[in-house]
Amino acid sequence: MMQISARHLDRTTILDVSGDIDLATSPELRKALLRELREMRIPRVVLNLKAVKYVDSSGVASLVEGLKASRDLGSRLILFGLNSAVREVLQLSKLLRIFEIAETEEQAVAP
Amino acid sequence: MAVGQESKECPLVSHGSLLLKVELRSNPETLCIVRNALGQLAQTLGFSETECRSVVLAVDEALTNIIRHAYQGKPEQPIELCCSRIQAARDGVLKPALEIVLEDRGAAVDAKKLCGRALDDVRSGGLGLHFMRESMDAVEFRRRWHRNQLRMVKLMHGAEPPEGS
Repeated sequence: MMQISARHLDRTTILDVSGDIDLATSPELRKALLRELREMRIPRVVLNLKAVKYVDSSGVASLVEGLKASRDLGSRLILFGLNSAVREVLQLSKLLRIFEIAETEEQAVAP
Repeated sequence: MAVGQESKECPLVSHGSLLLKVELRSNPETLCIVRNALGQLAQTLGFSETECRSVVLAVDEALTNIIRHAYQGKPEQPIELCCSRIQAARDGVLKPALEIVLEDRGAAVDAKKLCGRALDDVRSGGLGLHFMRESMDAVEFRRRWHRNQLRMVKLMHGAEPPEGS
């Protein structure tokens, strides 16, 4: 079970994600990320992962797709609120360093 | 016949005792139920919090691969999951371990795809097998009697189960 809600600030969207990101739910995350980046052309998309308890390889794949879309469009994808479980999986994938990661929401939305 | 093997010297040396046997269907919605059950089992056996997460990740990735590749996304197909406590050899010493065996009746695993992928390029996909190998002490694939069999072993590093378990 995963839930996503969006908060729209000035030229920034914050996506609050909760639950598990796995094979069943990662398509929804991918869709939400690509909607903000490609369709809405939001220059900065912030992903709040504080309430995400689990992420698997399909979730990582969705994040990578979002990152690639942001790079193609010259926008930014920022992650924050990574707990141990999420951080471990990103470390295991050797992809932790390629993402822009903030410690807090204030940092992520700072000008 | 083994079609692919990745093991850090962890052969099965006893049949062990069965801890859990589950018959599942290839529906992605069941993954969270299996994760919860495996997490509880690993915790009861005395694995650390990080080791519990590793076991859960490996099994989840294995099931994801079965659903996506062996059954090509077709739902309601059978998957069998067996967990046993075994004795496994590591550096010539027998150690208690958790053995997890998954069986499906889907398409044969392509041995060429079992090499995983290089992690130096930034792309999505192909991470599942890498996660399984990094998370477990042994990962072995076999094709027997028209079934794919995946066996994974996680050594228990001296942890004792909590009292009363």
